Amino acid sequence: MGNPMRIRAKSANGETTVRVLMSHRMEGGQRKDANGKPIPAHHINTVTAKHNGKVVLSADWGPAVSQNPYLAFSFKGGAKGETVEINWVDNKGDSRTDTATIS
Amino acid sequence: MNITRRDALRTTGALGTLVSLGLITTEQAMAAESRPAFASKTLSGALEAIGGQPATSDQIEVIAPDIAENGAVVPVATVSKLPNTSDVWFLVEKNPQPMAAHFAFPNGTTAEVKTRVKMGKTSDVIVVAKADGKLYMAKKETKVTLGGCGG
Amino acid sequence: MRKHLLTAMTALALSTLAYGQSDMEKGINKYREMLADGNPAELFEMNGEELWKTARGPKNATLEKCDLGKGPGVVKGAFVELPRFFADTGRVQDLESRLLTCMETLQGFNAAELAKVKYNKGEMANIRDIATYVAGQSKGMRFAVPQNHASEKTMYEVGKRLFFARGGTHDFACATCHGEDGKRIRLQGVPNLTKNPGDGIGFAAWPAYRVGNGQMWTMQKRLNDCYRQQRFPEPKYGSDATVALGVYMGVNAKGAESIAPAIKR
Repeated sequence: MGNPMRIRAKSANGETTVRVLMSHRMEGGQRKDANGKPIPAHHINTVTAKHNGKVVLSADWGPAVSQNPYLAFSFKGGAKGETVEINWVDNKGDSRTDTATIS
Repeated sequence: MNITRRDALRTTGALGTLVSLGLITTEQAMAAESRPAFASKTLSGALEAIGGQPATSDQIEVIAPDIAENGAVVPVATVSKLPNTSDVWFLVEKNPQPMAAHFAFPNGTTAEVKTRVKMGKTSDVIVVAKADGKLYMAKKETKVTLGGCGG
Repeated sequence: MRKHLLTAMTALALSTLAYGQSDMEKGINKYREMLADGNPAELFEMNGEELWKTARGPKNATLEKCDLGKGPGVVKGAFVELPRFFADTGRVQDLESRLLTCMETLQGFNAAELAKVKYNKGEMANIRDIATYVAGQSKGMRFAVPQNHASEKTMYEVGKRLFFARGGTHDFACATCHGEDGKRIRLQGVPNLTKNPGDGIGFAAWPAYRVGNGQMWTMQKRLNDCYRQQRFPEPKYGSDATVALGVYMGVNAKGAESIAPAIKR
């Protein structure tokens, strides 16, 4: 189970804006350790965002997404008090799901 | 190193051979990129994997800084004004593997997204958008002052 | 002779170059603006807040009674008044050395042992996150580091002396890079810390998340790395020398707005 995300969801004018900060090393696989051995790639592969059980965004990521990834998007609808759920799965099979209340 | 038959069977082909020889772990083999667009080392290869050469469009806004102080974290965003935009892809032309990220927008989601990518050196940031099944693209150059791939 | 050559070379390397600077600066400012929303430091802040409220250590207690200078448990506003004198320890302490004190007296940890742990590892990672949380609770407030107690005044003078003291293999002092206006190292502007460098600059910008290495750095880590870069022996964590420098910079930054935890390249 990965580390907690920071999710902020705000609704205004019939639209909900979501901003997420994920905690993940996003190791690109290009680097070598002190002994010259390649450090294996370890990064988020998929991201799924849901509102009231409906998918509002899905993403496929590669090693070029920055460490501790940031994501911001918006969808029509959503009201104060409802929840947004963000899930990620990485290339080692680890995953994390967090929810936030729309403010 | 004790490689179980199960481990060796889980990874097939060249990677499987490497695992059975104890040269890489199962973990490393499984972590190897299997998605064609992400694995491609050339821009044209990545575009082919998405579905072909996109037409240039001025309806796609590529938001990226003119200059990035550190290539490890370059804020990029896009807004697609093309009607019925269903997907966008971010590519960094001069990265070892140009494909950085893909986003799919279901109905009701605005065709806009912000994220941050690594750039190994000064390069074009390219956004490909799929609208009504067709591919379009736009680009913007970002100068990088310090490589973001580990250097 | 060698000393003068070295000084001259240093001055050359640090001097501002005339061409293309304002475009470059505009571009970099734009880059920094774009990074402002969504600072990964928030992830460390979240963890720090959790740690503050979690019962830990041999005494199984939280840090919620820790006195950071404004009374037990008062976190908001504490960061911008540190370093300051504490009667219970008889010392002027900065945020991190004060956290060590609280972790010892309230939670039963051994402060001396904690101070030896490598930064970013074990308990040091926890202290880093707690410091980030505490700093964040003063975000937007203005620095008001006190100079009332005699020790506070002395520490300011000690800090000033240390700031200008040249030594090490390169004959550097803090002042070599931070002693004048308009200095930069490659593209990185280095602020003049002998006076108030302005809102969110210098002392007012740490702890900060460094995007280049994905690490959260506290002021103690920043000072340690400055010394390392000057080829000085690295100071002990929370030592009087580091606290004195904090007093010097903090007092000079009087009225400057704290943006900690910040985001930096």
